[in-house]
Amino acid sequence: MIYREAGQYKTSYEADRAVFPLRQDRIGIALIIVAAYAAGVFGSDFLLQAVLIPFLIFSLAAIGLNILVGYAGLLSLGTGAFMGVGAYACYKLMTAFPEVNVVVWILMSGFFSAAVGVFFGLPSLRIKGFYLAVATLAAQFFLQWSFNRIPWLYNYNISGAIEAPLSTLFGVPITGATATSEARYFVVLTLVIGLTWLASNLVHGRIGRQWMAIRDMDIAAELIGIRPLTAKLMAFACSSYFVGVAGAMMVFLWYGGAEYNVFNIDQSFFILFMIIIGGLGSLIGSFMGAALIFMLPIGLGIVLPAITEPFGLTVGAATIEHLRFMIVGALIIFFLIVEPHGLARLWQIGKQKLRVWPFPY
Amino acid sequence: MSIRHLTIAAIAGAIVSTTALVAPASAQTEEGIYVPLLTYRTGAFAGSGIPIADGMHDYLTMLNERDGGIGGVRIIVEECETGYDTKRGVECYESVRANDPVMVNPYSTGITLQLIPRAAVDKVPVLSMAYGLSASADGETFPWVFNPPVTYWDGASVFVKHIAEREGGFENLAGKTVGLLHLDAPYGREPIPVLEALAEEHGFELKLYPVAAQDMQNQGSVWLNIRRDRPDYIYLQGWGAMNPTAVREAIRTGFPIENMIGVWWAGGDEDARAGGADAAGYKALSFNGAGADFPVMQDIITHVHDKGLSQFPRERVGDMLYNRGIYNSMLIAEAIRTAQEITGKDVVTGEDVRRGLENLNVSEERLAEMGMTGFAAPLNVTCENHSGNHQVFVAEWDGEKWTVGQDWTEPMTDRVRPLILAAAQEYASANAGWPMRTETCDN
Repeated sequence: MIYREAGQYKTSYEADRAVFPLRQDRIGIALIIVAAYAAGVFGSDFLLQAVLIPFLIFSLAAIGLNILVGYAGLLSLGTGAFMGVGAYACYKLMTAFPEVNVVVWILMSGFFSAAVGVFFGLPSLRIKGFYLAVATLAAQFFLQWSFNRIPWLYNYNISGAIEAPLSTLFGVPITGATATSEARYFVVLTLVIGLTWLASNLVHGRIGRQWMAIRDMDIAAELIGIRPLTAKLMAFACSSYFVGVAGAMMVFLWYGGAEYNVFNIDQSFFILFMIIIGGLGSLIGSFMGAALIFMLPIGLGIVLPAITEPFGLTVGAATIEHLRFMIVGALIIFFLIVEPHGLARLWQIGKQKLRVWPFPY
Repeated sequence: MSIRHLTIAAIAGAIVSTTALVAPASAQTEEGIYVPLLTYRTGAFAGSGIPIADGMHDYLTMLNERDGGIGGVRIIVEECETGYDTKRGVECYESVRANDPVMVNPYSTGITLQLIPRAAVDKVPVLSMAYGLSASADGETFPWVFNPPVTYWDGASVFVKHIAEREGGFENLAGKTVGLLHLDAPYGREPIPVLEALAEEHGFELKLYPVAAQDMQNQGSVWLNIRRDRPDYIYLQGWGAMNPTAVREAIRTGFPIENMIGVWWAGGDEDARAGGADAAGYKALSFNGAGADFPVMQDIITHVHDKGLSQFPRERVGDMLYNRGIYNSMLIAEAIRTAQEITGKDVVTGEDVRRGLENLNVSEERLAEMGMTGFAAPLNVTCENHSGNHQVFVAEWDGEKWTVGQDWTEPMTDRVRPLILAAAQEYASANAGWPMRTETCDN
């Protein structure tokens, strides 16, 4: 009743091709963005620093991986390493040219990770599926080894760690220890919104359609004039760009410093699970997957003691940890059984139902 | 069909609202001094993490039960599970920070590195007891970070002193080969600069044997190299599952186990026990006594274990790592006590405890008062030196248990201290805008 397109006439092709054809959708998106900025003003430090900033960063990484796996159909296990390339590139750039603003370097570092991604994407022209996953696994191990064994990458620091030096934007510190969570949150939020908008335009446009054609049937795609070389390497480049920017943001705007083992294979799987749960080939799915995989354990860690305490049960931190593992695992299996296409599909079904409510046919 | 979708929607909704509830709900109602402990009882490093967590927890619980806390104020102990994961550690730190902790014990070098820049800003001192960044021993650069009683660099120098003693003097070290079997991570690489400097000075050859984190339990190829090079001594800088594997491999390849010496984190009971009876003679550095023959241990048994307040098995009380947890909590408690003495307040804050840590002075008399004679060496922290280069001893595994330390050895402070100051300088200059020390010194 409230959510339907009746009466919204489209008078141009642009309006018809819009990403959000419904006025209600546009209002909803605007409300979400306003609420997200409001959270930066009213949210507590814990909410911003431990929940929302990492959630946004993981969402961006998931969008990057979703471009490769969900849209172009190329399986990759090197996400963690590509995040690392972004982070180390940003670190090197920032220590070499400290006078340039860090936001510029965060956005630039994605290009380094894109170049590395293209290089490791070359085998994708010959191999597919699990075989490609193995090739990207090589990228993961090789790059992680480099972060550990090439001291030039961390400026010969004795502890082998990279640290985010202090830097400002409009006079407000945004990296380094003195940066407040609010300032960092606003930078992260703005960057993620901007890059999501970019990704949305990519996947809805000519390039995105090429990727989907390759994914659905590469021989047919080739026959209708799509060049697999450019399309696949473009997918690797774009995907690695987003992932690399997410990695740079992770170190500079969230952690404040990192060791090489932050970018290990677990990180790659973590992001892969997000897009599988969230929905392959869906941008909103990337956000939902990141929310479920990252925020649910934190939520459970707070809710579980609150549930047990009234009954006089005090559970130890370790028990809560075990329970978190079990519940999250069970939920993942549950969602995959009832909705193999991920949370994004569930969201779509929900919207469809809402459209015909209250008179379903 | 619609009911099915309704159920799914309901569950999804429930989850969304659960996640929406994420807010620091834990309100502190009890009056006391809040001491959060970041521990790990799960994951690949739980074997080393559980005894330490229990040791830290039990000593503070004992103070609450026996003395009603410190200076009459109860200690509120809260554990947060990190799984030795830096991400989770930072999340833990954020969640405990809302409750005004007086200090934080990260128990992981990775988490410590994250918290070092935050400490001065959030006014929460970091106590990284004999781990973390060696350079943070420089109190001028790192006023909020403390790593007593020793740094890894002190440990490596004691190892060289120990082998020199066994060879009959430093002059006999020339021509010897020393292997460093280390975890290929910042933690494992820590002793390299000191060992390299000493190798050059005394003419012994240093060979490095890095073990990647994913190969901790698969050291076959590393030990093939060790067999080929035949080093005279091996210094083991490992953690978690790497240590028992190294001890087992040494025995299997016929390396004389008495010539393998571990850093203090390679000196757990479970590490040595993995080698069975053949591990007798394995050595590890330590700064705390093993066994339960100290009055303080009896107090813990009476006030904590007999009341069923501990999760640690009673028969394992006295394990090396359990005792190290107790040592760590002793430092926490003494710092709080010193802070109370300096400020005259009962309920101290993070800023007070920073001063307490900086004026920490655990004398022989104080150790006797606490029932810790022979358990630990006297300790003294100053504004300049946040570690203190204190004595350690070489413990030996007799096949059943660790021997109680006899000959406590001074580290080579004159060699280590300049390295620490240089590294601290480098850290500060690499981090543009590193704040100058503004905190006044009490001693």
